[in-house]
Amino acid sequence: MPRLLTGNRLETGDVLWWAGSDWSLHLRDAVAVDDEGEALIARQLPQERINDLVLIDVDATPDGWRPRSTRERVRAVGPSVRPDFALPSLPVDAI
Amino acid sequence: MYRYDEYDQAIVDARVAEFRDQVERRLKNEISEEAFKPLRLMNGLYLQLHAYMLRVAIPYGTVDSRQMRMLAHIARRYDRGYGHFTTRQNIQYNWMKLEEMPDLLADLASVEMHAFQTSGNCIRNISSDQFAAAAADEIADPRPYAELLRQWSTLHPEFSFLPRKFKIAVTGSTIDRAAIKLHDIGLELVQNDAGEIGLKVLVGGGMGRTPMLGHVIRKYLPVADYLSYMEAILRVYNRHGRRDNIYKARIKILVNDLGAAEFARQVEEEWALVKPLGLDPPPSELARIAAHFAPPVLDANAPVEIDQSNPDFANWVTVNTHPHKAPGYAIVTISLKAPGEIPGDASADQMDIIADLAQRYAGDEIRVTHAQNLVLPHVRRADLFDLWQVLVSAGLATANLDRASDIISCPGLDYCTLANARSIPIAQKLAVKLAPQEADLGELKIKVSGCINGCGHHHAGHIGILGVDRKGEENYQLLLGGSGAEDATLAKILGPGFDENGIVAAVEKVIDRYKTLRADPAERFLDTYRRVGAEPFKEAVYG
Ligand code: HEM
Ligand code: SF4
Repeated sequence: MPRLLTGNRLETGDVLWWAGSDWSLHLRDAVAVDDEGEALIARQLPQERINDLVLIDVDATPDGWRPRSTRERVRAVGPSVRPDFALPSLPVDAI
Repeated sequence: MYRYDEYDQAIVDARVAEFRDQVERRLKNEISEEAFKPLRLMNGLYLQLHAYMLRVAIPYGTVDSRQMRMLAHIARRYDRGYGHFTTRQNIQYNWMKLEEMPDLLADLASVEMHAFQTSGNCIRNISSDQFAAAAADEIADPRPYAELLRQWSTLHPEFSFLPRKFKIAVTGSTIDRAAIKLHDIGLELVQNDAGEIGLKVLVGGGMGRTPMLGHVIRKYLPVADYLSYMEAILRVYNRHGRRDNIYKARIKILVNDLGAAEFARQVEEEWALVKPLGLDPPPSELARIAAHFAPPVLDANAPVEIDQSNPDFANWVTVNTHPHKAPGYAIVTISLKAPGEIPGDASADQMDIIADLAQRYAGDEIRVTHAQNLVLPHVRRADLFDLWQVLVSAGLATANLDRASDIISCPGLDYCTLANARSIPIAQKLAVKLAPQEADLGELKIKVSGCINGCGHHHAGHIGILGVDRKGEENYQLLLGGSGAEDATLAKILGPGFDENGIVAAVEKVIDRYKTLRADPAERFLDTYRRVGAEPFKEAVYG
């Protein structure tokens, strides 16, 4: 199963997804890190710029990544009760 | 309203400067996240699912219009235009940026507000009765006693690292609107035979994983001595509370393990040592504080009778106003629970409007309730119609106080990192479904939490809903029979849980069965449940 690396930006708290060479605000930009996840975290941690780094399980669907847990889908989209703030990576009703 | 003296202001200003420096150093990587996290938490700043979340303390739930306008300004300037009023009478902002925190806290300090002791294992914001100084049923205003506790507990060096968080509520009425039996310490103003005011002291209540009701450990404590007595309670807890296990660290576990009588004995023993130290302030100090809380000058001739020919207005007056001490006045509750909206959320514009109304009609005071509504405590009945019209135009005139759609809900999985399931959507669906029949149902308190921590008070709900995780799916347990009022009881789980649609249907079945079971239309759901027990409801739901 593919895995993504995610965390929150220190300065703003924004949810971030690892996009290969940098971070993105959008799940759709994420790249699967699979076996390299732990090594990426080990490299990111000492930089102290991203909080709550974690690897999450996702499914690859025709519409893009779909995190397995409701929690991560909420993180990717925004609060399900505020569709006006929704980020475009996933439809709100996909939560 | 209490006004900060030079000490209060100096403490808050110093804290802002200190945190500004800490944030700067963190942003420059001069301190690690590990070292910084406890510092930001001490200033009420959590990292949640989408962003940082700031919890601002509202002592005993009282603000004036100037402070409410500042809360609106913060929502607009630093957040996305809204805030969330909580069951602890505080306000939370969901979209904070670390880099903006120092300026934000300086803005707050300019109106005598702050965010410290809203997290961590210290004495948290003191909560109180939202009808204080206005209710016809109260002995005296509890807030001066709460304010003295605030001063005592602010940065109290001995109690800054307790075994666990510590919550105190104070009420001045036998009608309990502050849930004193569900706090670590609950205080109720009482009178002795000579008519002198004292405090009844309850210890060991709480919700969360192991809900318990508090025990009375003193029936009457003279007010002159209560601070040293509080100190004695905290000392016994600080010494013997369990630090080895976070789930057993609250004072309720200690009181339960020792037994209330033994706990009380240890407190008395400690008190004998503490009292002679001279901690209790002289009566003049309490009088000085109390003077700040004097209600506005009330017009003894204010008319009682008002024109209620508009039926919507008349209904709102019946449902959302309470009798005031002064006959020509009313206590107004502004519902933040319009069916379908997010319980406890208010937009910056709404906050500004409420600030204007408070200034114009309510002695410049606003209260936050633990049910996530707002209160204007001193409104002339003759002004009610004008006030109501403004509320209508601001979407704030929902007449549902203590009814089925007046649902308490924690942020749940839409915002909170600890959540197992979403709670707001459940509250929204239930409110929309139940609103059409809520007048017939009468008082019905539904409370929803997104995890076992119980921030949504599900254990105190007539109907409680608890979000759990069932194999990665959101699942909801149904609890019945709780109350956080003077008749406090803990709700009990009815049976297996449900998915999102299932829980809404289950609540509807419970309510349908209640309608066939109630002895008469005036019997509340809670009373019917207490009379007939869980069985008929089990049968209705799981049949
Ligand atoms: C950042 C979000 C929050 C976090 C991390 C959080 C955390 C917790 C935790 C861990 C507990 C259980 C403590 C224990 O039993 O030892 C708790 C209890 C509680 N929280 Fe929250 N909470 C949050 C938001 C809220 C909100 C939004 C409210 C009000 C709507 C609230 C009000 C309460 C209340 C009333 C209790 C139970 C009372 C008691 O302590 O016995 N909390 N919270
Ligand atoms: S009850 Fe759980 S989900 Fe709800 S706010 Fe508290 S910690 Fe978060």
